[in-house]
Amino acid sequence: MGFTTPPYLLADVSVRRVMLQVLLGLLPGIAAYVWLIGPSIVMQLLIATLAALFGEALMLWLRGKPLMLFLTDGSVIVTAWLIALAFPPLAPWWLVVLGTLFAVVVAKHLYGGLGQNPFNPAMVAFAVCIVSFPALMSQWPALGLQLTWVGQFEIIAGLAPRIDVMTGATPLDAIKTALKLGEGTVDVPTLLATQEVFGNFAGRGWEWVSAGYLLGGLWLWQRKIVSWHAPLAFIGGLSLLAAMLWAWNPLQFASPLFHLFSGGSMLGAFFIVTDPVSGCTTVKGKLIFGFSAGVIAYTIRVFGGYPDGVAFAVLLLNLCVPLIDMYTQPPIFGMKNEK
Amino acid sequence: MLAQLFGFKGGVKPQTNKTPSVQQPIGVAPLPPRLFVPLHQSIGGAPNPLVQAGERVRKGQLIGGADGWVSAAVHAPTSGTVLAIEQHVAAHPSGLPTLSVVIEADGLDEWIDRRLIDHRSLAPERVREILRDAGVVGLGGAAFPSHAKLTPARAVPVEHLVINGAECEPFMTCDDMLMRERAEEIVRGIAIFRDLLAARQVLIGIEDNKPEAIAAMQEAVRRLAEDYAVVGVPTRYPAGGAKQLIRVLTGKEVPASKRSTELGVQCFNVATVYTAYRALAHGEPVVSRIVTLTGNVRQPRNWDVRLGTPMCDVVALGAPMADTSCYLMGGPMMGFEIPDLAIPVVKATNCIIAGSPKLFPPNPPEMPCIRCGACAEACPHELQPFELYWFSRARNFGKTQEYHIFDCIECGCCSYVCPSHIPLVQYFRFAKSEIWSREREKNAADAAKARFELRNAREEREQAEKAERLAKAAAARTTERKVPSAGPVAPDGQPAVADFVAVSPTSDAEAIKKAAIAAAMERARAQRELAQPRNTEQLNAEQRRQIAAVEARRAAARAAPAVEPDIPSAVPASPPRVGE
Repeated sequence: MGFTTPPYLLADVSVRRVMLQVLLGLLPGIAAYVWLIGPSIVMQLLIATLAALFGEALMLWLRGKPLMLFLTDGSVIVTAWLIALAFPPLAPWWLVVLGTLFAVVVAKHLYGGLGQNPFNPAMVAFAVCIVSFPALMSQWPALGLQLTWVGQFEIIAGLAPRIDVMTGATPLDAIKTALKLGEGTVDVPTLLATQEVFGNFAGRGWEWVSAGYLLGGLWLWQRKIVSWHAPLAFIGGLSLLAAMLWAWNPLQFASPLFHLFSGGSMLGAFFIVTDPVSGCTTVKGKLIFGFSAGVIAYTIRVFGGYPDGVAFAVLLLNLCVPLIDMYTQPPIFGMKNEK
Repeated sequence: MLAQLFGFKGGVKPQTNKTPSVQQPIGVAPLPPRLFVPLHQSIGGAPNPLVQAGERVRKGQLIGGADGWVSAAVHAPTSGTVLAIEQHVAAHPSGLPTLSVVIEADGLDEWIDRRLIDHRSLAPERVREILRDAGVVGLGGAAFPSHAKLTPARAVPVEHLVINGAECEPFMTCDDMLMRERAEEIVRGIAIFRDLLAARQVLIGIEDNKPEAIAAMQEAVRRLAEDYAVVGVPTRYPAGGAKQLIRVLTGKEVPASKRSTELGVQCFNVATVYTAYRALAHGEPVVSRIVTLTGNVRQPRNWDVRLGTPMCDVVALGAPMADTSCYLMGGPMMGFEIPDLAIPVVKATNCIIAGSPKLFPPNPPEMPCIRCGACAEACPHELQPFELYWFSRARNFGKTQEYHIFDCIECGCCSYVCPSHIPLVQYFRFAKSEIWSREREKNAADAAKARFELRNAREEREQAEKAERLAKAAAARTTERKVPSAGPVAPDGQPAVADFVAVSPTSDAEAIKKAAIAAAMERARAQRELAQPRNTEQLNAEQRRQIAAVEARRAAARAAPAVEPDIPSAVPASPPRVGE
């Protein structure tokens, strides 16, 4: 037996187990997605997973790292699933593959692989694709679109033509576009009440997908995989700004509830801003990170040119992480009264 | 009971595995034929051997005298003949040898004449000396000489004396059994420490997974009509760390940069208190200790083992199972793998655990850090271990100190919870030892530089003085030449000399002055530098004391062979700060 090191007891934890639980946490949201939006997401999850595993294997091989150890750690599958869930469900297969490979090869491995990436890979993929392919990234399945499994598969695989009728805007986009086109003649309550794309408190169907993410996120919090700080601060930042503007002018601004259950809010709150690798590590830092990301996400989605702002908000905050962490180091044992 | 416990942040709850070894009372380990007693068994100076090969010793006889204040004496654990004083493998993970006294037991186990002492009849200084000469050290595992901890700080009275019976390491039960069986002697021993420190209140902290020990201690306190509080503290590793227990019982947090007495609190292990009592009330120096033998053995039990007994003799008492693959000294969280079973039991040997691949599976492969922060949450000192890990890996040692690496107590909680299975503690030990070795190198280089600069200054000064002498002589000659007719004594000769000095040698005089000033400034600078706190302020109190003791010895050694006259000013002897 070689030189061994204490402690000789280790808790029953591993990176793989952490990642597996994150994947489990995504399941309620995915279930709602399949049920209410369509089964195409399952295909996208599969495509992204395969692409991610391929990209990971390739990069591990190029970098001379042990293949099985890292392929089975689950981190790349989390990235893949987040990409699939963030992309439009009927996006062509090559777009998902492109985004996933960019995330794995560039955002993850070129920066040093697991644990070394300064940016959230899934959000990098989203940002790159929405900038490069804005039209494809903005085509969401139109409401009431009835397609068979085969039909959906054909669209994703590029075997069937992408008819414009099939695709619509996200609820967030719909409200923004309508307000812009209406030039003051339309107001938010009327839109919500009349347009079919809106449901009980946010986008029809999507509101329950978001609720699914919330449920999974709460489970992760209960399992102590994520702490409450970043998600709550994110929700707080987003709601606070939304509430202020909504209180000021409820005709032009949607309610905080609408914003919380639209777009990437819930996915972002529990699965993106909680990413330990690219996020802050101190308690104060997590609060600052989450809150700022919430505020910026709202600002971009309401005033900016993109349908949603979570990805850009998170990437911007990823940039600030080293600085925030440096200035939010907590006092240590015995030195709390010293300045 | 106390109204309120304070708790500490972090900590972990591994399986305690304590039950197997408390089924039987403490047994007395048989006398081995040969004992190997290392002279250096405590923190601080290594005792000097006081016996010679061939000499007969009796049990309890002083065989190693304490070297300096931070040091503790070592005694013969039984009667017999000294076979040799030689290098023998030490109780250290490295397995390097250390100077040991080899004694062949004669089987009589004949004590020295024991003098019983009432500590109240003596001055505190004298009691401390007796404890030092009885070899009383911290038996919780650190082996710090206890007498050196028994001086209250000058400005702060000792509010609380904390007696540590927490025993938070898994598997370990030696303190538990000691409290169950010898509670009264512990309680009597506490009085010695309380009186020496003039402590106002005594708090005995025991983890609440030892109800029998708590009951025994409470009963002893009641029987002896003492006002000590016996407090059950929540079972959570490392509740038995001195700083954690102090925090839990008193709410005070002792930083690494301070001694606990500066905050009006001091902490001793129950076994230490017990040995102090035996030393005074029975005249028995520390020649044995309770050792838990557990793990992968058929008969786990606590044994009263003579110091110097080879571990193989102790291990045999437990009948280890066939698949035993290693032995640990200490607990599984902070202990180390015994490199060789010839290693003797020493004062720091609180526990021997037989390990098997089933009991301690080999560590899973190390993965990259994912910054999950589990380590920061588990750290009882509220450090950011993952940051320290990045900096240690990058050899950015300045940053590790900025992030308080010397506040790390190496408890292992961070490694325990790490999902990436990173041996974090090893990284921190590496960083600490690198910093220490760099400090030593830097100090040596600084001293050499100071020596060099002082020598340069002296040579310059000497040259200048020589120039001055020559100038004066030349001036004298000129004067003589100027007034040859006026005889040996010239009335107007003085102005001429003054003129001469005023013209050419002024520059010399100025140079002399400048050189003198420069040399003085250089000396002052060197002194200032040496007087300044060096880059080791993050060390904990024990390390500081160790360093102070080393410095003192080094200074003494340097001063002795009468080196250059400049040196003593450059290397002031810093006296050990412990005795103050």
